[in-house]
Amino acid sequence: MDAKDWLLLRILEEDGRMDVREIAALADLDEEEVASRITALEESGVIRAYCASINWEKAGEDTAAATVNLKVNPERDFGYDRIAERIARFPQVRSLRLISGVYDFELLVTGRNLQEITRFVSEEIATLDQIRETATILVMKTYKENGRILFERKEGERLPFSF
Amino acid sequence: MRDFISQRAHAIPPSGIRRFFDIVQEMDNVISLGVGEPDYSTPWVACQAGIASIEQGQTAYTSNRGLPALREEIGRYLKRRFDVTYNPATEMMVTTGASEALDVAIRAVTDPGDEILIGDPSYVSYGPGVTLAGGTPVWVPCRAEDEFRMTPETLMERITPKSKALLINFPNNPTGGVMSRDDYRAIADIVVDHDLVVISDEIYTELTYDGDMASAASVPALRERTILINGFSKAYAMTGWRIAYICAPQELCDAALKIHQYVMLSAPTMSQYAAIGALRGGDIAREEMVTEYQMRRNMFVRGLNRIGLPCHMPKGAFYAFPSIQETGISDVEFAERLVTEQHVAVVPGSVFGPAGEGHLRCAYAVSRDDLRTAVERIGEFLESL
Repeated sequence: MDAKDWLLLRILEEDGRMDVREIAALADLDEEEVASRITALEESGVIRAYCASINWEKAGEDTAAATVNLKVNPERDFGYDRIAERIARFPQVRSLRLISGVYDFELLVTGRNLQEITRFVSEEIATLDQIRETATILVMKTYKENGRILFERKEGERLPFSF
Repeated sequence: MRDFISQRAHAIPPSGIRRFFDIVQEMDNVISLGVGEPDYSTPWVACQAGIASIEQGQTAYTSNRGLPALREEIGRYLKRRFDVTYNPATEMMVTTGASEALDVAIRAVTDPGDEILIGDPSYVSYGPGVTLAGGTPVWVPCRAEDEFRMTPETLMERITPKSKALLINFPNNPTGGVMSRDDYRAIADIVVDHDLVVISDEIYTELTYDGDMASAASVPALRERTILINGFSKAYAMTGWRIAYICAPQELCDAALKIHQYVMLSAPTMSQYAAIGALRGGDIAREEMVTEYQMRRNMFVRGLNRIGLPCHMPKGAFYAFPSIQETGISDVEFAERLVTEQHVAVVPGSVFGPAGEGHLRCAYAVSRDDLRTAVERIGEFLESL
């Protein structure tokens, strides 16, 4: 990893579909070098995947999301890992993190509506042996996600010329 | 009625781009590469600090020098970023933008008849600032073949017994030229031998893309005879807040402070609080902006060279300074026809001094899409010549 690799990662994190020619111009590299550096970053696992940021509501899907916090009894020999692996298997669980503080896990759970989410939490998650407590916090509106601002903003104005 | 206008006011030229301003105002679909300020908003952490100061009723004057808390932060910042040390109590003052800092610095050291050596091309206020102070501007060319740096040889050629001060700006507006610590060291002997005072406008230092950023004050021989000017406009996208500072050995700082206390009293109070916010929490926003400008620079300069406009890779600021000498027309004519025919506004290099002739200042602090379109349009214009 050098400064150019770092720049490539910044570019791809913002737009994973940018073509090599354009990346080469932004990073001031040859196209061949861009391609080989990106391949190396992919193969070493620094780049995990490329994906799209999708507005499912616009796509006509009903979506709801909730943050679900869990208190968990860790297991001897396994700590939190084994229970985390079991929870992570559910496709409804979009993210799963071990956190500090009152709760142990923080989940982002999605579904078509609130009922679907609460049913999932009460029937599938709360019933697991190691779970001591759950708290479901409904997402009401998303303003920013993965570094992207999702609301309209007014741009500041500048004079057409200044020294 | 007699002529009420002073000789000094007569002596300074009107703005070199008034005409372009008028053309652009009448026109739709113009891409302006003439804007000398970031296209980013001020980091929110700085805005919050400014807003909080107003909410808390901090709307009175501050001390002439500026808020002690701000000077402490500036001291920590300069130590952290440049490894230079200034005493916030005696060697520092906060100004209403770097423009005021330049004015009071020039007036603090200039007597009638003094020659002030100015790196050429330079920011448009330097020459008039010296003239208004009764001094004589003497241009020291910083050439393309030297990557627009100041060399000991060219500096030496312009020194006379009347030389008093050296006024420089790196990273440079309009060329993007950068001086490394070694480059500053290379001119230090001459500065010391001829007992010059240095005014170093380092407003663009955070926008240094290749290599380490450097301050003239990081060279010990220069530190004791340098008035360092830096500020928040470029690094933290705070142009409208009008907030900058001077650091200098006590005697020089006191002289500048005397002028400042009569003409400005103190810098805007809410802007001083915002500047504290910028220094305490603005690093992430600043780094993001600088990275983006580095990428735009790479893309834009490659584009200019591709369409046949030779352009060196500027190491700092957010200006590209391509040469148009091969086209056979003047920079003023080129810029005028470019905006009329292709709706791309740039600033003719000659506006920035004699060494700027035959070049264009293109500010790349505009969106990538606009830069791409601008390159296409400039290419079409070149083909039409």
